[in-house]
Amino acid sequence: MTTALSIPLEHVFFLAIILFLIGAFGVLIRRNIIFMLLSLEIMMNACGLAFVAAGARWAEPDGQIMFMFILALAAAEVAVALGLVVQFARRFETLDIDRAEELNG
Amino acid sequence: MNLSFFLFYISAAVAITTAIMAVTRKNASHALIYLVVTLLSIAVIFFLLGAPFAAALEIVIYAGAIVVLFLFVVMMLNLGRSSVARESQWLRPGMWVLPAILSGVLFIVFGYTVLQTENSAMIEGQVVPPKEVGTVLFHEYLLGVELAGVLLLAALVGAFHLGRRYLEERREN
Amino acid sequence: MHLLWAIPALPLAGFLILFLTEGRLPRAMVSNIGAGSVGLAALLTGYVAWQFISSDSTSFTSSSWTWMIVGEFNVSFRLWVDALSLVMVSVITGVGFLIHWYATGYMSEEEGYSRFFCYMNLFVFAMLILVMGDNLLLLFLGWEGVGLCSYLLIGFFHKVPEFGYAARKAFVVTRVGDTFLIIALFLLFREVGSLEIQEGLVYARENMSDASTINTIICLLLLGGAVGKSAQVPLQTWLPDAMAGPTPVSALIHAATMVTAGVYLIARMQDFFMLSQTAMLCVAAVGLITLLIASFTALVQSDIKRVLAFSTMSQIGYMFFALGVGAWSAGLFHLMTHAFFKALLFLASGSVILAMHHEQNMFKMGGLWKKLPIPFIAMLVGSAALVALPLTSGFFSKDAILLKAWKSDSDFATLFWTVAVIAAFLTSLYTVRMMVLTFFGKPRSEMHELKKESLWHPSRIRTVVPFGLLAVLSIAGGWMGFEFTSDLFGDKGVHAEFHFDPIALLTLGVPFAGVVVGYFLFASDLIDRRRLIKNKMGELLSKFWGSGWGFDWVYDTLIVKPFRFIAQTRLNRNDVVDLFFNLIKFLANLFHHILSMFQTGHVRWYAFTMVGGLLLVFLAVVWI
Repeated sequence: MTTALSIPLEHVFFLAIILFLIGAFGVLIRRNIIFMLLSLEIMMNACGLAFVAAGARWAEPDGQIMFMFILALAAAEVAVALGLVVQFARRFETLDIDRAEELNG
Repeated sequence: MNLSFFLFYISAAVAITTAIMAVTRKNASHALIYLVVTLLSIAVIFFLLGAPFAAALEIVIYAGAIVVLFLFVVMMLNLGRSSVARESQWLRPGMWVLPAILSGVLFIVFGYTVLQTENSAMIEGQVVPPKEVGTVLFHEYLLGVELAGVLLLAALVGAFHLGRRYLEERREN
Repeated sequence: MHLLWAIPALPLAGFLILFLTEGRLPRAMVSNIGAGSVGLAALLTGYVAWQFISSDSTSFTSSSWTWMIVGEFNVSFRLWVDALSLVMVSVITGVGFLIHWYATGYMSEEEGYSRFFCYMNLFVFAMLILVMGDNLLLLFLGWEGVGLCSYLLIGFFHKVPEFGYAARKAFVVTRVGDTFLIIALFLLFREVGSLEIQEGLVYARENMSDASTINTIICLLLLGGAVGKSAQVPLQTWLPDAMAGPTPVSALIHAATMVTAGVYLIARMQDFFMLSQTAMLCVAAVGLITLLIASFTALVQSDIKRVLAFSTMSQIGYMFFALGVGAWSAGLFHLMTHAFFKALLFLASGSVILAMHHEQNMFKMGGLWKKLPIPFIAMLVGSAALVALPLTSGFFSKDAILLKAWKSDSDFATLFWTVAVIAAFLTSLYTVRMMVLTFFGKPRSEMHELKKESLWHPSRIRTVVPFGLLAVLSIAGGWMGFEFTSDLFGDKGVHAEFHFDPIALLTLGVPFAGVVVGYFLFASDLIDRRRLIKNKMGELLSKFWGSGWGFDWVYDTLIVKPFRFIAQTRLNRNDVVDLFFNLIKFLANLFHHILSMFQTGHVRWYAFTMVGGLLLVFLAVVWI
């Protein structure tokens, strides 16, 4: 069975790169923690996309399995990070990441 | 040139557009809705690439669970109009320059790397069914599954600990 | 022999248990583990000895495993027991067990009870490795192990600074000897190409000539190591100070076992020594000089344990002397009997000291024989053996040495024999003096308020039984061990000619003469002792002897003080070495500051540097 796609692998990779850079760009410009985490999700999706594309190139399941590991990682990350966000908001009364600067050398 | 061929490029365009929108919104709820759309279009691409199981997981867990978790937090923290105003204050265009340049350079380097690859291949969209994925996952990647389980357990404990009230009380002392 | 490994393993297990529980076990259990492990090892040794005697083979080995391989240097971890080792192992585990047993009572009121047995078990293990190792490196491992335990146990009462000083002194002085030993091992490896003892002995027998210089050098270096460990001149100064340790430690380590390791080493390397006339002569000379110096010194000491310490030195001098004149078996025989009676003497003196509330000065004792009957009898038996009165164990061994010395074909045989006989006479003198001062006469101190629950009370069986067994061994050990040890080295025949020639009569009579003269000198009122001491000559002599012939003073002036001067002057501050380390400090500081500049605390800065780093990595991948 096939979806009869026939597109170059590079195109999917470029899509992944663009999404990854959009995510990175978001992480860099936002000061709000929620938005930074959201951008991180985009970056992780881009990575997953690259894995799935590579798996599809060889018609092997390994790409999807890697995506599932990324999914598990994302779930764990979100759980901890959102807990941190809630604590952060309680402590500083804001979501400005630049307020968390006590831990410096 | 068939439907799925066009569908891929349309989904890709949607994903990129909504991702940009999601990253640049001032209202958190709006940004999350855009994010959901990004994730859905990526799910479509997964489906087209012949990974229906990954596509289903993308929708169920990413769009369905993780983004909802985000929404809960946004609602809990009550990010209303005042926060939108603050976001406009934070998002000054001057700040965008350096990250934009950096992203551009990275794009060039990444793109160059990808184009360097010889034997450029076509993806035929051969479907890898969930059964096959599951078989490989629980045989060759069994250790990875166990480790992922440990990771999730650690996250569970960590989230539980962070959510407790006493951290707040300790701060007040 | 498959149970051989268990003999050292048992004390090691005891050590590990006591070490890992860090003194949390109840005392009764500590006693059971500490003394029990050595006791089991002693039983096992008896079993092995029985098998050894009833079998035809001349040696047992345990299965080996490799310790290390460096190039052609292959060290195996194998235990080897022949008759010589077996004598040593029997003494270590047997006497060691009795002393452990006694120590369960002796140490019962001290702090660090568990720590004590922990160290003691480690000592027994190390000592067993020393005598059972089939390889000189294994022997060296045990050698250093017993040195460490000696250090730990001398400084056992670590709250007293002087004891810590004594421990350090013992450690440093023996380290000098150990340096000789390890150089000898290097040379041996260069010559033989292996550190396996048996291989080396075969090599010495077959490939080395009598006049080989390198062999003489090796033997002299080995002698240096033995001298350090066995407290012989000129490295003897640590032993009297080592008496700072608890008395069971003095009995086990500084009388019965560790200090005889040097004797064992020379006996073990017999084939090397046999080839070198010079080395043999040196061994005999060292033994004789120590014998004389220590005997004279023991004559004027006031501390009962120091008398015994100098006596130990002189008896080990006898053993060295025996080895030096070729009386190998007699030397080893004396090692065994000495372990019995000197352990007994130390344990008895320990009881006296404990009864006197840690008073060690004999001039404050006196008239104790009525109040301390059991230690008195024990001490009497031990002294009889030390003096070598006929039919005690010391008599057999010392007589064998003296006769062998007389018959040896050395050019100096007569001189050697004369000096040794004089020393035997001195031994009787100082022993009588010690006994008289401690147990006879009138009490010279008001401190005789004896504790009620004291150690020699018959109910305290655990102190009485070791006394009894050691006393039996001190008397009967001579006959029992005779047949077994007399033929260790195939030099049998000395005792067979034991009949009434004048020399034999003389050696027989000297101890009696010593006792009689000692009685008139120290016990009777015929001679005014005051007048003997109160002239210039007497004062000078007693001071000179009392200080151990000034060795401490010489070392202090020649080595310790210049060293301290150099260390404490400004001469070696801020020199090149310091510069080097200051540079390291400066660099570490610099890098710390540079790194801490990156640690701004701004999360977005971290994210930015991560993306930048990613970029750099990719650029490197693309362009390289």
